[in-house]
Amino acid sequence: MKINCALIGSGNIGTDLMFKLERSPVLKPVWMVGIDPDSDGLRKAREHGMKTTHEGVDGLLPHLVEDNIQIAFDATSAYVHKENSDKLTARGVVMIDLTPAAIGPFCVPPVNIKDHLGKREMNVNMVTCGGQATIPMVYAVSRVQPVVYGEIVATVASKSAGPGTRKNIDEFTRTTSKGIEVVGGARKGKAIIILNPAEPPLIMRDTIHCLTETVPQEDAIRASVKDMIGEVQKYVPGYRLLHNVVFDGNRVSIFVEVEGLGDYLPKYAGNLDIMTAAGTRTAEMIAEEIIAGSFNPAQYKTAAA
Amino acid sequence: MALQDLKGRKVTLHDMCLRDGMHAKRHQITLEQMTAIASALDEAGVPLIEVTHGDGLDGTSINYGFGLHTDEEYLKATVPHLKQAKVSCLLVPGIGTVDGLRMAADLGVSCIRVATHCTEADCGEQHIGLARKLNLDAVGFLMMAHMVAPEKILEQAKLFESYGATCIYVTDSAGYMLPDDVTAKIGLLRANLAPNIELGFHAHNNLSMSVANSLAAIEAGANRIDGSAAGLGAGAGNTPLETLVAVCDRLKIETGISLYKIMDVAEDVVRPIMDQPVRVDRDSLSLGFAGTYSTFLLHAKRFSDRYGISVRDLLVECGRRKTVAGQEDMIESIALEMLAERGKQPAHA
Repeated sequence: MKINCALIGSGNIGTDLMFKLERSPVLKPVWMVGIDPDSDGLRKAREHGMKTTHEGVDGLLPHLVEDNIQIAFDATSAYVHKENSDKLTARGVVMIDLTPAAIGPFCVPPVNIKDHLGKREMNVNMVTCGGQATIPMVYAVSRVQPVVYGEIVATVASKSAGPGTRKNIDEFTRTTSKGIEVVGGARKGKAIIILNPAEPPLIMRDTIHCLTETVPQEDAIRASVKDMIGEVQKYVPGYRLLHNVVFDGNRVSIFVEVEGLGDYLPKYAGNLDIMTAAGTRTAEMIAEEIIAGSFNPAQYKTAAA
Repeated sequence: MALQDLKGRKVTLHDMCLRDGMHAKRHQITLEQMTAIASALDEAGVPLIEVTHGDGLDGTSINYGFGLHTDEEYLKATVPHLKQAKVSCLLVPGIGTVDGLRMAADLGVSCIRVATHCTEADCGEQHIGLARKLNLDAVGFLMMAHMVAPEKILEQAKLFESYGATCIYVTDSAGYMLPDDVTAKIGLLRANLAPNIELGFHAHNNLSMSVANSLAAIEAGANRIDGSAAGLGAGAGNTPLETLVAVCDRLKIETGISLYKIMDVAEDVVRPIMDQPVRVDRDSLSLGFAGTYSTFLLHAKRFSDRYGISVRDLLVECGRRKTVAGQEDMIESIALEMLAERGKQPAHA
């Protein structure tokens, strides 16, 4: 049995998600929602047998019941997410938020997916691509010893950052910073994103700097980082540690590279993959709960809908 | 246009020593130094002074260096002390946000310069929009402008124009440009942007071309030029403001700045706070010929000391990989790669 899903947003993330969901044992991509009839994403979705609308979420609403849509992914923009989410959750659809709107609780699967089990949350936020790529590393340090400050620098190829990402650049830095604190466990977080237009496009790179409260426990941190790299690789195989972990006084610096699977954009766009793979993994856990009967999103329909 | 035809042209000179100069001071300028320098520049007639962490609002970080004080403290130490000069802040989307912009506006800053890589202007839409809404002078600042053709600069400048920018800068962050390139880029912008959009040019002196490039920019239609008293800025520094004022005086270009006073500010107030001479030397020259972001200089020196790789090798490799503003983390990563290639382990690992 598979749970039917809708993808809101036909840009880079929405289209890459389609590929990920097609491989899922428990999720089925049924609808893709866009606003531009000529978008490449909607065209690809039709080629893959999905139903599409270019009239935004309102174009999807009349079909939710007949197509039994129970999970939706929002890959539009932080500015419109709340409106999209309100419309869908009121109709008993669980929302996986891939914008940095962050109105629901954060989920970074290798760190805290288990915290979401049994919570019956109608809106779960995936932080940001930079957050998915770096928060596991901040956590890998903070689970060894207190981190007073965590800072990440995410560098992505210009070609992999669509218009939504660009318009939401402030939301990216704010939401990622908050995720570094709330999920990563750093007392204070800071996030920086850089777009680099070099050709050939560069593979997503992330640098994670932590300041530990006391002298870093080097062996324990190295082991923790290695384990966490393995956890992330379970769903993003191209997630790699570059160099040995750097220890410089209380500074711990970790350098990673994220190569994608090359589903929609080429492999350099690991920032897409880590986001869509994390979203898929989170949705799969929710789908399993729905299938098992322990979570019935329809029960959360509100009278207004 | 010949240089002597510039007689009577009015140019706004914008001082950088309390922002770009922060790089050369590892962001450790004291509040007293800020107040003293800003007041002295004001007294000399400098119309516009930039004050922020070197990497702009909220640039304080491990990657770029923590500031001795917050942007808020620096602005409070400068803005209220000025009689005629206005203050600007740099904002790099991806590092700072509109939150910093609002704070700066509340403290009386009158100009926000939204800095993006020269191909990424669309990351600055919300910041230019808010700056205009707050009635601020909103500048689109296209960094590393040497990396692309004039047509690309025009395309990106038009994006900034569409967001409401009042002024567009061609920014030679790597100090790589030569006068012909400046002429081509500023000239194309002047011919194609609305006449009420001001044009600006920001130089680094890594190839000793800063004054010549600034003059080329003025000739091609720029009316705002960045400089820095005593050149205090990243790499080999910015255009030395006192030199530019002297040259403008010779050409009868009107800057409103007193030559003797700005010479004295440079010599008596700014130069004494330098931690090292800001000059063209082997390391800063490497930035200029490799086309590497000037700010990388002191970070490369730090990692050179730590890993034993020459500053020149690090900076040239950064240029070869087409790193852009903000990628300071690449310097350490490259050093670690070079060590591995040379079969050495880092001494500290």
